[in-house]
Amino acid sequence: MARIGVFICHCGENISATVDCSKVAQVAATFPGVVHSVDYKYMCSDPGQTLVGNAIKEHNLTGVVVSACSPRMHEPTFRRACAEAGLNPYQCEMANLREHCSWVHERNEKTDDKAIDLVRMLVEKVKRNNSLQPIKVPVTKTALVIGGGVAGIQAALDIANAGHKVIMVEREPSIGGHMSQLSETFPTLDCSQCILTPRMVEVAQNPNIKLYTYAEIESVEGFVGNFTVKIRKKAKSIDESKCNGCGLCTTKCPNKKNPNEFELGMAKRPAIYVPFPQAVPNIPVIDKTQCTYYKTGKCKICEKVCQANAIQFDQQDEIIEVPVGAIAICTGFDIKKADFFPEYGYGKHKDIIDGLQFERLASASGPTAGEIRRPSDGQIPKKIVFVACAGSRDPAKGIEYCSKICCMYTAKHAILYKHKVHDGTAYIFYMDIRAAGKNYDEFTRRAIEEDDAKYIRGRVSKIYERDGKLIVVGADTLMGAQTVEIEADMVVLATAGVANQGAEKLAQILHVSYDQHKFFSEAHPKLKPVETNTAGIYLAGACQSPKDIPESVAAASGVAGKISCLFSNSELTREPLIAVVDRTAPPQYSSCTGCFMCQSVCPYNAIEREEINDRNGNLVKQLAFINPGLCQGCGTCVAVCKSKSIDIEGYTNLQMYSEVDALLNF
Amino acid sequence: MSEFEPKIVAFVCNWCTYAGADLTGTSRIKYSSNVRIIRFPCTGRIDYMLLTKAFASGADGIIVSGCHPNDCHYTSGNFHARRRWMVFRRLCDFMGIDTRRIIFSWVSAAEGAKWAQIVNSANEEFKKLGPYENYHKLSTQEIFE
Repeated sequence: MARIGVFICHCGENISATVDCSKVAQVAATFPGVVHSVDYKYMCSDPGQTLVGNAIKEHNLTGVVVSACSPRMHEPTFRRACAEAGLNPYQCEMANLREHCSWVHERNEKTDDKAIDLVRMLVEKVKRNNSLQPIKVPVTKTALVIGGGVAGIQAALDIANAGHKVIMVEREPSIGGHMSQLSETFPTLDCSQCILTPRMVEVAQNPNIKLYTYAEIESVEGFVGNFTVKIRKKAKSIDESKCNGCGLCTTKCPNKKNPNEFELGMAKRPAIYVPFPQAVPNIPVIDKTQCTYYKTGKCKICEKVCQANAIQFDQQDEIIEVPVGAIAICTGFDIKKADFFPEYGYGKHKDIIDGLQFERLASASGPTAGEIRRPSDGQIPKKIVFVACAGSRDPAKGIEYCSKICCMYTAKHAILYKHKVHDGTAYIFYMDIRAAGKNYDEFTRRAIEEDDAKYIRGRVSKIYERDGKLIVVGADTLMGAQTVEIEADMVVLATAGVANQGAEKLAQILHVSYDQHKFFSEAHPKLKPVETNTAGIYLAGACQSPKDIPESVAAASGVAGKISCLFSNSELTREPLIAVVDRTAPPQYSSCTGCFMCQSVCPYNAIEREEINDRNGNLVKQLAFINPGLCQGCGTCVAVCKSKSIDIEGYTNLQMYSEVDALLNF
Repeated sequence: MSEFEPKIVAFVCNWCTYAGADLTGTSRIKYSSNVRIIRFPCTGRIDYMLLTKAFASGADGIIVSGCHPNDCHYTSGNFHARRRWMVFRRLCDFMGIDTRRIIFSWVSAAEGAKWAQIVNSANEEFKKLGPYENYHKLSTQEIFE
């Protein structure tokens, strides 16, 4: 006979302000099978959990319904509390009175009725819960880091230094990411490459890290501790084991007029190229779309000059399959490009550039060797206008969020400009100066006070060309929304930071959720900022939302900590909420008819054929058998089973029908 | 006499719509209180016989909601749910179950506002259709008792 305890939480006032908790507790006490029903201010607090534990012992409870917040929040908490009191943790269920009731409805009788219904549903469910034991699975102590930007580098190094193997996959021919393109970093103005490249080299030299560049994730299967990842290693047309990185091929390549991606189109590169001088690995790649040999079948000059015989024109893409235990997504971000700002003439005038292009102009290794020169004619601009929030915080453009880094890098650009062009003037159109961070506000003050940046609070409506000058038309809202016109030589747009190309596809390969802007979603915005909803998959850096370098690095170290924790155990315990096929005594063995419809819908290939033989070895029956190591508990097989032979623990047919049935009176 | 309030049962998946409805709560977006949410691991788990059971239990309208196509936590459960829904809908038409009373949608974990909007619009729709007395008369209780 079921002995159920119901525990109604007030959640301070979060629930009790809308739901009459004591009334719900009184009504719940009358439900069949309920022997104990109380309400309490904070059920998740220590005394609250003790209350649950004591009640289990005192009333000899066989099931517990905690009616509080979402089970996605505190189910593990209360299951643990039950286990400590000697009750099987899977005999605990939560009714969601907060997110699904008190927070979304007004205080009235109907809301109370709903709360009572929710409790009744879960009471009926928990009566039919089975006591379960967690499943133990082994852990592969290798981590996959996707993306070789500063976040990926930090995560990989931290995990590797904790003594675990790391596989790093980078889409581009070199690791380094956006940080390698930056000139200086705020708020210290230290050289970006000087602090990053040693870390890149460390990645390449660390014996625990296996680096795959020019590679992408093809597929991911499995679950926490036991993922199988297929990596597509795109053909570089170079034998990496032979190439010594002398670079002769890149200098001899006759086809040198290809837009240089690393310089954002402001310079040219050969068809066989290393993206930038400090690239790791320092191995060139042949761009098949540009290479004369691939286009016309003639040339092969690189092959002739290569003394290491490393050129392999017939190299094919390679698929590598690796087992990993955890995955860190560090794929970073991108910035909005041309055609997004028709009113700003971006893409139409060569001298209207984006922030990343300005970084390359200011960089000593950039196309102008660090001199600020206009892309159109190479002149030094004497008047330069920076436009902050180009696309960000603009619901009309579909980007309502703040890109976070632009205020700071625009201030940095103004400072760098002034340091290089002493007699020039920098104007900055801004909406607000958001400089929250250690030494950040001091930095923007420095731009204004020491380096004489002219900040104009207002937005730019239009940029057009007149007599070789760019006319920037904006408003100065601090001067009564007066129209301002500036004749500029060059304009830099701090365009919005957006999710990286391919983020959506990667999310779908990994089965992690993402928001409407295609940024990856964290499991909890405050308490699980680096976890995803999928166990064993973590997030670091700007793939989650626009982030600056210190934040990305901190998140990456956080991920490394999480993964090291995961790898500190030789076995993982997994929720036993998996599907099972019923078994009965011979001669029936099971109600399973062996149609194997379940096998065709299972996304994890977890369903096997089990053959039942008699004592003479003759086949009696074929039955479905679910491999508990592979089953993830989606329950698709349960719904397709014609003979209702499969059930899923935690969501059994009996439980779900009882829940629906409990609604009968509403 | 107060206005008719349809009884709505929502069958949702744990990973997208249940989390989306949690977000509705966290964002304090109000919606009508005559909906009861039942959590499933995945829409692929939802046996559509449960829908007829819900009607028999007194529901006037049903919402089935899961992850958007390609976003399923379990790769393909939502596709199976959708495929079965296409078949089930024809079965409903054949049996005379009013398919306007079943709303099938996708709500992701980030779409808290969409969840509130779906519940509210479903509520309006079901209000127009009135109580589902034809089905309630066939309540399973009477058959089995």
